[in-house]
Formats: sequence, C-alpha cells, structure tokens
Amino acid sequence: MHMSRSIEILVGFFVAMGFVAMFFLSMEVSNLSGVSADEGYEVKASFENIGSLKVRAPVSIAGVKIGRVTAINFDAQSFEAIVTMQIESKYDQLPSDSSASILTAGLLGEQYVGLEAGGEDEPLAQGSELEMTQSALVLEQIIGQFLFSSDAEE
Amino acid sequence: MIEYFQRLGARSFGMFERLGRGTVFFINIVLSIPSVLIRPRLLVAQLYSVGVLSFSLIVIAGLFVGMVLALQGFYTLSDFGAEGMLGVMVAASLVRELGPVVAALLFAGRAGSALTAEIGLMKATEQLSGMEMMAVDPVARVITPRFLAGLISMPLLATIFSAIGILGGYFIGVGLLGIDEGGYWSQMQAKIDFSQDIINGLIKSIVFGWVVTWIAVFEGYDAIPTSEGVSRATTRTVVHSAFAVLLLDFILTALMFGDI
Repeated sequence: MHMSRSIEILVGFFVAMGFVAMFFLSMEVSNLSGVSADEGYEVKASFENIGSLKVRAPVSIAGVKIGRVTAINFDAQSFEAIVTMQIESKYDQLPSDSSASILTAGLLGEQYVGLEAGGEDEPLAQGSELEMTQSALVLEQIIGQFLFSSDAEE
Repeated sequence: MIEYFQRLGARSFGMFERLGRGTVFFINIVLSIPSVLIRPRLLVAQLYSVGVLSFSLIVIAGLFVGMVLALQGFYTLSDFGAEGMLGVMVAASLVRELGPVVAALLFAGRAGSALTAEIGLMKATEQLSGMEMMAVDPVARVITPRFLAGLISMPLLATIFSAIGILGGYFIGVGLLGIDEGGYWSQMQAKIDFSQDIINGLIKSIVFGWVVTWIAVFEGYDAIPTSEGVSRATTRTVVHSAFAVLLLDFILTALMFGDI
C-alpha cells in the first residue's frame, strides 16, 4: 500500500493539535489547574443561615482565595448549617480565633466565605472549628427590617 | 382513505427495516474492528481524508463563532455591568453546546457527505462486489476504517473548535472591547468545571461522531447504485445527521445538565 510520508505527518499534526486543545481546555479554561495535589486541611464553621452558599464556593482572607467550601450539612441538634472548608496547607498560620462570615461578591454576585484573622497564637489545624461566625445577609430580611423601622419612625 | 393508512403503514415498515439493517450493519462494523487494528495504515489514510481535511473548516468556523459570541455577549452583559463574565459565557456556551454541536454539523456536511458519496460510488461502480469476489470483506476493508476515523476525528475537532473559539472570544473581548485580561481567564477558571463541563462536552462530541459517521457510512453502503441514488443518499446523510445531532444534543443536555 502506497502512502506518502506527508499524509502521516499531517495526521500526526492533527491528532497532536487535538490533544493540545484538550490540554488548553483543561488547564487554562477549567478549574483543573486550581485543584492542587496537596489536600490542605479542613476546618468547620456553623452558621445560623448560609443564604445561597454553594459547595465549591471560594474561601478567602483579605480578598485572597485560600480554599474552597467542600461540604454543607445541616446539624439537626443545633439547627445550624455546618460548613466544611478546605484550606490550602501553605496557609497554616491562621489564628485559631479567626472569624468567618458569608459575604457576597458584588451586589448580585455569588456568595463566598470570608475569614478575618484573630489574635490568638495557636494556628488553625485539621478539624478545628471556627467559633465566631456571621450569617449571610438575606436581602429580603434587610428590606423587611428597613420597611419596619421606617414605619415605626412615622 | 384506507389507501393513506396503507401508505403510512408501508412507510413505517420501511423505516423500521432501515433501522434494523443499520443496526446489523453497525454490529458488522464493530465485529471487524480487530482486523482494522492490525492494519493501522488504512486508518491513518482515512484519518487524513476525514479529519485533516476538515481541520481548516473547523478552525475558521470556531474562530468566528467565538468572536461573534463575544460581541453579542458583551452587548447583553454590559447592560448589567457584568462584562467580566464574558469569558465564562463564551467558554461555557462553546464547551457545553456550540463546540460539539456546530462541529458535528460542519463535520456532517464536510466529511459525512464525502464518505457517503465515496462509498456510494464504490457501490455504483461495483468495486464493493468486486472485493467480495476476491474474498475481501468490504466492511472490514472500506467501511470500518472510515467509521473509526470519524469516531476518532470528531472529539478532536470539537475540542479544537472550542479552544479556537475561546481564543477568538479573547481577541474580541480583551483586544477590541477592552475587558480586563485577568478577569477573562480567572472568571472562566472559577466557573468552568472540568468533569462537569469539559468531560461532558467531550462525551457529547464522541456520541455525535458515532452517530454522524454511522449514518454516513450506512447511507453510502445502502445507496441505490445509480448516480441519482448516490446523490439522494448524500442528501439524506446531511439531513439525518443534522436531525440526529440536534435530537441527541437535547437528550444528552437534559441528562447531563438537567439537574442544575
């Protein structure tokens, strides 16, 4: 069977291009590059109300992303939401009395967990629980309170 | 009146009969895959005519689809002050939907019709029966390499289409409309999930590659061996492929993304 070398080269080039495109999509476009091999450590925090926080939402401190929300569960005893967060292991110097609050990126953006550093010397470790938490601001409640207070003033 | 019912019945029978023959034909293809794998040169030659020759069309189409998406997306998103989400919009629509679907439609028009015409003409000029006379299985020799080439090429083409489209959106969004470059990529990386979006898009393109190539080779093999029959078979390939791709796309999308 006769086949010129250039056809084989072109086919090889085509297949290679396909794999380059796949690599580009996985590394540049999707979150695959963000999933680091090191697992980090997990901390928990309980919130009265998490608003519309979702699993995989970012966890940030001072605006820098340091981890992700890995699980959201409901505690039937305390009637609170238990948010499990995974924090990258290079950020292992966070004070153990840091506080967590659920914030919104922009007015209509997605919700994320914002940490605020405390003053304790002892750092957060695997399995620690954040004691001080602040629930999500639910827009309807704020509007309701605002209407209620403006009614009372009259 | 009763004649209409008879005609309807006859058409239904014809449809099911073709579907059955197509399935038997597909099983024959699958059974002859090992004999093609021992002779990979047959496959390389077909990868050239099916994949490489569609490459330039896919690149140009992907570039322009990406650029148009960026322009139109910017128009709507800027109303909400959410231009930063342009990258997410372009990438999500390309990777999930437009990449596999548009690449499959172009592939059906470019490669599928060529496959049908080639195989149909082989049948019309009695090359296929000639092979049978020489105890060469025409399915293993002619059909299966083409089928496998289509099955391999389609995911590669769809991936290239998406990647080029995202780059096209980048040229328009960042270069022309002045969106922040970091935001374009970082928002995209934050929102596009590898297993949810990229892998599902890849599965779609594999399914489309399978159905388009299957229709193309079956129509060619099943064509009435006249010049008119071959031309009709070619038309049917393009029309049926387009229907099958769009229908399967809806079903796959409902299965993959229906619960979000």
